[in-house]
Amino acid sequence: MNIEELEQIAESVRLENAKYDYEVNVCMDLACASQGAGPLRDELLKAAEKSGKKILVRRTGCMGPCSSGPLVRVDPEETLYHHVHANHAEAIVQNLGDGPVPALQCDLNEHFDKQVRVVLENAGQIDPEKIDDYIACDGYKALLSALTEMSPNGVIQQITDSGLRGRGGGGYPTGLKWGTVAKAGGDLKYVICNGDEGDPGAFMDRSVMEGDPHRVIEGMAIAAYAVGASKGYIYVRAEYPIAVARLTAGLRDARRRGLLGNGICGTTFNFDIEIRLGAGAFVCGEETALIASIEGKRGTPKPRPPYPAVSGLWGKPTLINNVETYANIAPIIRKGGKWFASMGSERSKGTKVFALTGKITNTGLVEVPMGIKLREIIEVIGGGVPGGHKFKAVQTGGPSGGCIPAEMLDIGVSYDALVKVGSIMGSGGMIVMDDTSCMVNVARFFIEFCMTESCGKCIPCRAGTAQMFTLLTRICNGGGTIDDLELLEDLCSTVKEASLCGLGQTAPNPVLSTLKYFRNEYIEHIVHKRCPAGVCNIEAAVPQVPTEVLA
Amino acid sequence: MGRAASLPPGLLPREETVPAFTPPPLPSDDKRWKIVNGTMRKNGFARHALIETLHTVQSSFGYLDDDSIRFVARSLRVPLSQAYGVVTFYHYFSLKPPGKHTITICAGTACYIKGADKLVAAAEKQLRIPQGQTTKDGKISLMTARCVGACSRAPVVLRDGEVMGEVNSEQVLEQLERWAVE
Repeated sequence: MNIEELEQIAESVRLENAKYDYEVNVCMDLACASQGAGPLRDELLKAAEKSGKKILVRRTGCMGPCSSGPLVRVDPEETLYHHVHANHAEAIVQNLGDGPVPALQCDLNEHFDKQVRVVLENAGQIDPEKIDDYIACDGYKALLSALTEMSPNGVIQQITDSGLRGRGGGGYPTGLKWGTVAKAGGDLKYVICNGDEGDPGAFMDRSVMEGDPHRVIEGMAIAAYAVGASKGYIYVRAEYPIAVARLTAGLRDARRRGLLGNGICGTTFNFDIEIRLGAGAFVCGEETALIASIEGKRGTPKPRPPYPAVSGLWGKPTLINNVETYANIAPIIRKGGKWFASMGSERSKGTKVFALTGKITNTGLVEVPMGIKLREIIEVIGGGVPGGHKFKAVQTGGPSGGCIPAEMLDIGVSYDALVKVGSIMGSGGMIVMDDTSCMVNVARFFIEFCMTESCGKCIPCRAGTAQMFTLLTRICNGGGTIDDLELLEDLCSTVKEASLCGLGQTAPNPVLSTLKYFRNEYIEHIVHKRCPAGVCNIEAAVPQVPTEVLA
Repeated sequence: MGRAASLPPGLLPREETVPAFTPPPLPSDDKRWKIVNGTMRKNGFARHALIETLHTVQSSFGYLDDDSIRFVARSLRVPLSQAYGVVTFYHYFSLKPPGKHTITICAGTACYIKGADKLVAAAEKQLRIPQGQTTKDGKISLMTARCVGACSRAPVVLRDGEVMGEVNSEQVLEQLERWAVE
């Protein structure tokens, strides 16, 4: 395989597509599929055949606004239809060429106008199971140009110039990480893709792996070339069977096309990837725990240093990046690091994909330039809180993040700004809460999650989260005292300071941020024995013991 | 050399030539063991294939019982304690056989915000079992999941693995009712 051959494949796909007058793209992602996208596609295929028009019905990955699903986009008109059901298929096919079907037309211009798509550029455009579709969208061009025209250091330089930071949540500069692994000695190195999206409420990695698997594979291959690795692993959650199937098929097709394996593109570069399944442990998102899991052991973290960049999988230098980080690599190599750095804010470059969920009108995936105001994401792109309810908080960063109140919505989204308000970027879950959510109960929910997910290796995390859970449960049940708040804060700082890995170090964030911004709700529970949101069942839970006895 | 010779036999340095490893025979002629063995063979019976192999056992048999853990541990030369440690560490592995049908309620953050706890409570009340268990007649298992990644359609319920979005308690109870009379 060389650049010319790649171009030939792309050309043949374009010629093939040119045979059709219309392209009907059906989103088949999990959310749309659960609303009947499967039968819809069958009906569209039937209707297309019956009509005699030249129509290509294509299955695609997530288009974004899942709450409007099932979604269908008709090209070349670029008409987006929402809430399409199997019985609409006939009408859509009939109207092709005579303008859109007004009843189904979707008005989400504001939702899309504010977005910039880099990672999701192919989402909704290609069939994820066809490697040639990806190649026709400039796929694997970056890999071949890196292999034939750039030195490994040149690749790292581009990544460094781009200012890309780890999209898994930590925000470590990607170029720096690659440089460290490249400098590490030894002839055997590994590249790992962290697809263990354990953060509940986040699903962008799943969408990327399912909707555009080759983008991840290409990113990993470029990374392997840059750092000098010959073997890669994609660690995927077993809970994502479709992602596993798509990646497996993607790897097979890439091998067949000579884009993985020995002597890729006529060079001396050898690289292949294997898939490893996660088994439902949140802590395995931590890099040293993930490595232990790939080695077939319990996923418990190790103290760092040594960092995996020096001593990782089986003691060899290992590069670990998140799915979304790898998904950014190919566009950076194609368009240059400077192009990427031109987007975003001062210290956070490029774009970020967020999974917008919870009490918000337009739930789904959005990709926005860094630095955009939270308010714009929630009120304009997300369409605000539905049902006449009042916005209360947005939770970013999953169980490691914090709750950001309405007063702070004007901050620009970046790694540093979110840390400053007591949350983190995390992998990109963004859960909106309204006045029906009790913040004490939310904090308890997250601590319960961290308590059960704590691997048990270090005591601050194992025992600390359990004690915090007990205290929060007591407050939720109306049995808390004002002193409990101080104790809670004390515990938070101990767990934060003394835990071994990121899970424990960030577990107190939801508690600290709610204590800081929603302290009045804690006080309501403790002093007035009432839950302002009406979530906690206080009366039922208060023990029927006279107060004198308690005192 | 002289010092090694004076040591008792058990402490002598191990001989260089390790006899070739022969994996244990399959526990029975059940065809599913061949699938399990296939996974191990594909990985060269390497110890790091433990989790992969356990995944194959669970997908073939539905759960992991003592015999299967023993077989896998012996085949991969992993101490039984380590194999058992791995099985119990990861939530995905189950030591109990699943019911004929399984209802899995997603307990991720988005689903929680949209009231998944009410669905769990309703199902628990109806089936008279706590989450994570199977009804006595072996018909229905009630499970919760960490997050299935369909957060945009919260609260989400998996009906025998099939995703249903924006579910309410009535729908859950109706489904359980339908299974109960099957």
